[in-house]
Amino acid sequence: MAIASTVLGRLLKAAITLLAIVVLNFLLIHAAPGDPAAVMAGEAGAADEKFIAQLRERFGLDQPLHVQLWNYVSNILQLDLGYSYRQGAPVLDLILERLPATLLLTLTAFGISLLFGVAMGVAASARVGKLGDSAITGVALLFYATPLYWAALMAVLVFSVWLGWLPGFGYETVGADYTGLARVLDILKHLILPAATLGLFFMAVYTRMTRASMLEVAQMDFVKTARAKGLPDKVIRRRHILRNALLPVVTLAGLQAGQLVGGAVLTETVFAWPGIGRLMFESLEARDYNTLLGVFLISAAMVILFNIVTDLVYRLIDPRIGATR
Amino acid sequence: MSDFWIRFSRNKGALLGIAMLAAVILVALVAPLMFPKGPWQMVQRPFLTPFATEGLPLGTDTLGRNVAAGLAYGARVSLLVGLVSTLVALAIGVPLGAVAGYYGGWVDEAAMRFTEFFQTIPNFALAIVLVAIMEPTLTSITLAIAIVSWPPVARLVRAEVLSLKKREFVDAAQLAGLSNRRILLAQILPNAMSPIIVMASLMVATAILLESSLAFLGLGDPNIMSWGYMIGAARTVIRSAWWLSFFPGLAIVITVLALNLIGEGLNDAMNPHLNRKGRA
Repeated sequence: MAIASTVLGRLLKAAITLLAIVVLNFLLIHAAPGDPAAVMAGEAGAADEKFIAQLRERFGLDQPLHVQLWNYVSNILQLDLGYSYRQGAPVLDLILERLPATLLLTLTAFGISLLFGVAMGVAASARVGKLGDSAITGVALLFYATPLYWAALMAVLVFSVWLGWLPGFGYETVGADYTGLARVLDILKHLILPAATLGLFFMAVYTRMTRASMLEVAQMDFVKTARAKGLPDKVIRRRHILRNALLPVVTLAGLQAGQLVGGAVLTETVFAWPGIGRLMFESLEARDYNTLLGVFLISAAMVILFNIVTDLVYRLIDPRIGATR
Repeated sequence: MSDFWIRFSRNKGALLGIAMLAAVILVALVAPLMFPKGPWQMVQRPFLTPFATEGLPLGTDTLGRNVAAGLAYGARVSLLVGLVSTLVALAIGVPLGAVAGYYGGWVDEAAMRFTEFFQTIPNFALAIVLVAIMEPTLTSITLAIAIVSWPPVARLVRAEVLSLKKREFVDAAQLAGLSNRRILLAQILPNAMSPIIVMASLMVATAILLESSLAFLGLGDPNIMSWGYMIGAARTVIRSAWWLSFFPGLAIVITVLALNLIGEGLNDAMNPHLNRKGRA
């Protein structure tokens, strides 16, 4: 019951946030230099006055601003994100076609970064103040300062160009026409470098968070009790400290995961990964604002959805959260 | 304060950070003296490899421009955008968070809803959209970075003010008849400075990463040489000319790492009781 009302509350809040983003999009279009009709005419490859006037009438751009806003919002509520003249297709179709690749990439990167980040954080906290700790903290600090796209480029250079171990380009081997398991393996091979480089920065974040959280929990009284009972260090670390230290890490990780979607723009651009990030880059180059704002809206929606899911998972893992509110 | 400097100077990482940052600042300052022709001019034939030609230690790019000159001029943009966008973000976040924390009630509610909204939107995607729509110029890039960076400042300042306003010195100031404005500006905010400074130093680092990422995607000011632009322009020739992407990236890593080390050093020096524990 409590969960149901929480979900309802979160969904309502999500809906309001999305609506606000739609309004923000509308304002941004109108803030753009040059009026939308001229931009559209440019996208369609024609620029004479008559055509622009026609466009203005057809899309209601000659109407007062609040009417335009209403039209825009109601279009989007009907899932009409506009038309991309550059790509010759509705924006929603373009996005839906590319969404699976982005989901595959970001979720894999999230999994990798959380797994390795937590492992490294735990390892560092077990050796606090010693060489191993300094090494792990140092590596994390280095990854934390490395631009995502540069890590991606260097990975292509080393693992693809020099060593030739992994493909550095695309989603699957073009023209190979693999089917079944062979295709899955082929995609996985293409996935390794993009997912690893996208996850690198976040792995550094999770390493630092886990280390800090482990050290904080280790100071608590119940850990002293466990030690006083004579439990071995390993058991205390795994069963007592890690379990409690993991909760805040998972929550923060869920909140941070939204940034993965933004990072995907860079990774997908480097690896020519056919996701919505790459679509965003293409729309930038083509000055295709409808597509740009459509991708922006959908990625914000993804972030919100992800946050709700994290919140629910958190509540299921730790029932105390729901009870205290 | 002298305790602070002693603690800070004992931190090897922070000192290393200071040295690295000083080197970057020096290069940025002397760029016009070292490379009076500027970063855009063709000086030799393209694709000269590094460490091979005299006077061109890092080689030339796809158009025969001096890579070392590009790096030196790029340092100016990175530092400038990082610093100014952080100041703008502070100018938005500090007042908003302070007012929300001090006055509470509906003001707090409204300010925090507003902040939450900006925190939900994916940072980098919003920055891309803002710069693309405003047209990439130094001003629009700086503004866009500030707009996506202020929410954590507002939350931090609000939390600080909330805890400080319960302290006795605030009661004393109220009894002395100081106005709310004076109490907030002259009593509470100065005491909240140290966490704000730590956050600001880390924000400069993030802003530099953001700026370079935008420039990499082609959203840099077309009249200004930047590290991100250099990598973006060299992306397609990575197979034949690795150094064109490698050196600018290294410059970014060094600068960002330096700022992060300094930020951590400041944090440890200002909160000695938290020392040796490490933070997220």
